[in-house]
Amino acid sequence: MAAIYSLFIINKSGGLIYYKDYGSAGRMDTNDSLRLASLWHSMHAISQQLSPTTGCNGIDLLRADTFDLHCFQSLTGTKFFVICEPSAPYMESLLKVIYELYTDYVLKNPFYEMEMPIRCELFDLNLSQVVQKDRVALLAR
Amino acid sequence: MQFFSGSTSTESSLLPAAPPGTGAGGPGNNAHMLYIFNRAGVCLLYREWNRPLRTLDPQQDHKLMFGLLFSLRSFTAKIDPTTAEKGNLGVPLLPGQGCSFYSFKTNTYQLNFMETPSGIKLILITHSRTGDQREALKYIYNLYVEYVVKNPLYVPGTPIQYVHSAFLNYYSVLKRVLLLIVSDN
Repeated sequence: MAAIYSLFIINKSGGLIYYKDYGSAGRMDTNDSLRLASLWHSMHAISQQLSPTTGCNGIDLLRADTFDLHCFQSLTGTKFFVICEPSAPYMESLLKVIYELYTDYVLKNPFYEMEMPIRCELFDLNLSQVVQKDRVALLAR
Repeated sequence: MQFFSGSTSTESSLLPAAPPGTGAGGPGNNAHMLYIFNRAGVCLLYREWNRPLRTLDPQQDHKLMFGLLFSLRSFTAKIDPTTAEKGNLGVPLLPGQGCSFYSFKTNTYQLNFMETPSGIKLILITHSRTGDQREALKYIYNLYVEYVVKNPLYVPGTPIQYVHSAFLNYYSVLKRVLLLIVSDN
């Protein structure tokens, strides 16, 4: 049983480099996912402008009627966001784990070009293991 | 209405009942700003209580806020994982059409949003760690209905102004309600 509906990874310019759907009814084609990723990138930036105090880092959590969106931005500007069920727990740690997998299997891959779409088999393999694992096992990390 | 000590009896009878759980706590510092927009994007009300940083002038700020909400609503309607049939991105959505968000959180603030079927959008920006403000927003909307919409001298679609003593009551009540409700979280 998957804990999340879908995962998006956006590079620092706002382009989508990875999209994986884990069984939502709203599966999207490539064009739509590209548009949504760029839209999210812009809104993340605009939300920083509307902050009443300094030091805002953008949207971490968006709560809607039928889903929640958790976003994690790395120090280099790469954004990872997941669409999950409302009030799903431990999504922040899941995002950190996915970031670790990204650094291990994508960034350390000498054939991977920066900011390009991710086509690394080991990344896909390990990612599906992490996501399909039971939530209890995820907590034990 | 034991929360509003010192208010007149007519005022307390017109107000709808406050949501359960609002205690008579001390004045809180949780609310930063409040915006109310109508369907066309006109900012009917903007109130700030605590805003150290202002990046844009008021007109631009209102337009940016409205634009952000418009885009976010299109975004959530399209990315909704539970419905298969969705319209195209960018098509203006009717109030209530498609999945809508009710809150988002950053490390410095939390934005709580409510859209009514008539297209009135209420936005309350609070401290990052306050709880769910949907009840508070419903209460503020009820105040708007009671004191603004039902006022025969108010022209719909224009900003709410200090013209009559009824409006003055609305502001003082609104401020007290916000301090009480938001400080409870």
